[in-house]
Amino acid sequence: MTARPNPGTPAGEPLLDCRGVSLAFGSVRALVDVSLSAREGEITAIVGDNGAGKSTLVRCVSGIHRPDSGHIEFDGAETSFHSPEDAREAGIETVHQNLALVEDLTVWQNLFLNREVVRRLGPLAVLDRRAMRARAKEMVSKLAVNVPAVRSRVRRLSGGQRQAVAICRAAGFSSRLVIMDEPTAALGVQETARVEELIRALRDEGHAVMLISHNFAQVIRLSQQVWVMRAGRCVGGRRTAGTTGEEIVALVTGALNR
Amino acid sequence: MANATLAADDREPWTSRLRDAGFWAEWAALVGLVVLVVVFQVLNPTFLSTGNIASMLLAAAILIVLAVGQTFVIATAGIDLSIASTMTLGAVVLGQAYSAPWGLPLSCLLAVVAAALAGMVNGVIIAWGRIADFIVTLGMLSAASGLALILADGKPVTIIDPALLALSTGGLGIFGWSFVIAVVVALVAHAVLFHTRFGTHLLATGGAPESARAMGISTQRVKIAVYTISGTLAGLAAILLVARIGAAEPASNTSFLLNSVAAVVLGGVSLFGGRGTIIGPVIGALLLVALVNGLTLLGVSQFYQPLAVGVVVVLAALLTRFQR
Ligand SMILES: Nc1ncnc2c1ncn2[C@@H]1O[C@H](COP(=O)(O)OP(=O)(O)O)[C@@H](O)[C@H]1O
Ligand SMILES: [Mg+2]
Repeated sequence: MTARPNPGTPAGEPLLDCRGVSLAFGSVRALVDVSLSAREGEITAIVGDNGAGKSTLVRCVSGIHRPDSGHIEFDGAETSFHSPEDAREAGIETVHQNLALVEDLTVWQNLFLNREVVRRLGPLAVLDRRAMRARAKEMVSKLAVNVPAVRSRVRRLSGGQRQAVAICRAAGFSSRLVIMDEPTAALGVQETARVEELIRALRDEGHAVMLISHNFAQVIRLSQQVWVMRAGRCVGGRRTAGTTGEEIVALVTGALNR
Repeated sequence: MANATLAADDREPWTSRLRDAGFWAEWAALVGLVVLVVVFQVLNPTFLSTGNIASMLLAAAILIVLAVGQTFVIATAGIDLSIASTMTLGAVVLGQAYSAPWGLPLSCLLAVVAAALAGMVNGVIIAWGRIADFIVTLGMLSAASGLALILADGKPVTIIDPALLALSTGGLGIFGWSFVIAVVVALVAHAVLFHTRFGTHLLATGGAPESARAMGISTQRVKIAVYTISGTLAGLAAILLVARIGAAEPASNTSFLLNSVAAVVLGGVSLFGGRGTIIGPVIGALLLVALVNGLTLLGVSQFYQPLAVGVVVVLAALLTRFQR
């Protein structure tokens, strides 16, 4: 399925292009022939009911699952990620629905998880804790308010602070595509506003942002492109400027087909 | 707390830490050790004589080495029930190779390699077979002691070697060489756990395996590595054991298994993985040795010692509920 010409369609190649991606868990067809794309400097939203397959698609793009069939192109080249590390190497960072933080480690250790800075001592590679802490402070200081101390354990942070740490981690390390799976689902009004600021900042820095959200108002507020998923399929795509909340809801519920 | 962290980059001050139950839970082993030492010293002044201290440190060496290996495994939320029988296997390999006679250095090397292989087999089955840690290592407990019995044909081999004798009798002042080796092992283990990428990945694997995998860490490789480390240290402990008793026996050494887990629990390492220290289990091992030694000095029947150890360990486990 290809998107029909929509108002405001930008020129140029998308950074991420999924074509015909399918994945089944036993008899559960979590993804069926899903095609969608995301561009740099844009927030691309994916909406859909619970169980529509949004997280599964995210996990395919970030290297946790491998699709049974279909292609995922990143930056014009076909990818075949064997692990999340491959996707991170390619410049795809993900803020998972469960955040993928380690509660017993500190903020700086989480920010640098599997990206640790080391010093060479002869044949030995020793963690440069000081450098990581200093750099971590810089990373989190970009957050507007309620900056968590980089030395505190994640266990002690509030929901919004955790979200912020996960987003900071995804934004760092020269990522090109940042995927966020329901980043504000568990947050209050103020924290949501703060996270939305972070998401906008990422886009303005030129990242491609893929935003999975249940909140239609938020999607209309933030995104440039919306894709709608229903029961494992991508049932439609719209430029946000040329659609309305009602139309998206109709697509999600199946009252409207593409 | 969330707001208090706004400006604070540093740890909480000492005074507030002292009032926190979690602080005491983390240092339970040290507090327990100090209390025990004071009590035993009051009851029997020979407890802190140089001779007795030296013999306690010597006795603690094997347990420290095993407890360090067990710590690596438990920090990944696993458990190595085969650690003591792997040590037995190592000891028997040492004995057989020595009487072959292949000389001490090669015999020691073979002992460590055999034990490391047993550990690696544990790790590979757990990581790739996705079978529960305690089932796999329970199987290895039996397999390794069976292998030891077969190799030794059920008989002990006496080993009289000047180098091994020096290991268990010589030393730096009151610190016997065995104890010195144990301390070096602990220092290296501390550096690995807190100053290498592997150490961080190990704690992440134990604390939140899903998250670790999502960040690209191969938790399978970490699992294989920790069991291999545990096996290797069991092999090293085998050398210390043979040096200590002057023979390689296919004995079961069950109390070493129980005490290695007990030392780790006393040391405040979470059985759920993800958090722990090396110094904690080392102090835990010293505490257990001091407990048994003190009871012996006081003339308490040997039969009471396992009971005492059991009570102390369960108390320590209760304390860990207060951990932060
Ligand atoms: N690891 C898994 N094993 C089996 N079924 C899964 C797995 N992950 C997701 N599913 C199933 O795939 C479908 C899509 O789930 P998901 O992608 O989490 O939906 P969403 O994120 O849109 O709410 C659901 O029916 C879910 O039960
Ligand atoms: Mg989801």
